Amino acid sequence: MASNTKTLRSPLAHVRGLGSAKHGTEHWWGQRLTAIALVPLTVWFVFGVIRHLGADHAAFLAWMKSPFSALMMILTAAVTFHHAQSGLQVVIEDYIHVEWQKLALLIAVKFLSFALAAACVLAVVKIFIGA
Amino acid sequence: MVELNLPANSRVGVGKTINVANGAKRAKTFKIYRWNPDDGQNPRVDTYIVDLDKFGPMILDAIIYIKNQVDSTLTFRRSCREGICGSCAMNIDGTNTLACLKAIEDVKGDVAIYPLPHMPVVKDLVPDLKHIYAQLASIKPWLQSQSPAPSRERLQSPEDRAKLDGLYECILCFCCSTSCPSYWWNGDRYLGPSILLQAYRWIVDSRDEMTGERLDNLEDPFRLYRCHTIMNCTKACPKGLNPAKAIAEIKKLMVVRR
Repeated sequence: MASNTKTLRSPLAHVRGLGSAKHGTEHWWGQRLTAIALVPLTVWFVFGVIRHLGADHAAFLAWMKSPFSALMMILTAAVTFHHAQSGLQVVIEDYIHVEWQKLALLIAVKFLSFALAAACVLAVVKIFIGA
Repeated sequence: MVELNLPANSRVGVGKTINVANGAKRAKTFKIYRWNPDDGQNPRVDTYIVDLDKFGPMILDAIIYIKNQVDSTLTFRRSCREGICGSCAMNIDGTNTLACLKAIEDVKGDVAIYPLPHMPVVKDLVPDLKHIYAQLASIKPWLQSQSPAPSRERLQSPEDRAKLDGLYECILCFCCSTSCPSYWWNGDRYLGPSILLQAYRWIVDSRDEMTGERLDNLEDPFRLYRCHTIMNCTKACPKGLNPAKAIAEIKKLMVVRR
């Protein structure tokens, strides 16, 4: 436990600190909701890929051209990356205690997750509209 | 980052061995963590070989015997010796528990005794608890009300009183908090299972009128949400309580009140 010997602040002042952030519930609830959503989405995705084992490029394109598959693929990508970045945020907050490193990692993880999610969605849209 | 290696001045060395089990029918070896703030030395583990027929059946009986008869420098806290004061909480045979409730015969082989993990040490088996006591004070563990003070006792139905069962029995020994990895890594801001159980004990008390303010005070990514349901707290509790459930109830109330 961090105990700072270079200050004479009382232990209670240290504990009360900057006060309660009055948030965290939405993040916690969001993690649970995305986890529940990922159960059917992941099952659909895994079975879809297994069904196309050995299939050629054209078969995959045909699969993604169906409105249901395209919708499910966009949802899977969006929810997966949202869930991943919110879980990684917790891991980083747990283990990284140098403020600038924590901030840099959080920014990197969020930017990368949103970029990858957007790339997935763009790919599906491109196949779907046949561009 | 998490410190996986101990700082050089915390490496635990091998200390002295004292054998007072001459001619004992039942000899037992106790390996006890020692650290003296005044001698500038690293911590060490001293070995005491004692005769189990000389004292009672509990770990606390053994260390009281060692302090009284073998090595008076051994330092530890104890008071009630019957599991109600919480003073003799320490890490015995790898598990946080109360020395007075842990039977020697339940430990196979040598008995390893260390202070509660990841707390600053005052001396030997005595941890520095001032931070965790400040955390307890921060949740205001007393009844708070808005209505004028009644002229008689505040009434509580038997049903509402039953909601305090499994909470009021906590003796604040901190075996749970010091077994929690989240509390190890983030104990400066995370309140830990013992303090959150105390917080819930007042949140769920039907006579308390500051429930919302209590939840406000806890709604924080670090104070409450560092709990990742690791469940070491519930496993460690020597009173058989379930701090993890109390924390889960707080999280449920946070969602309900949105």
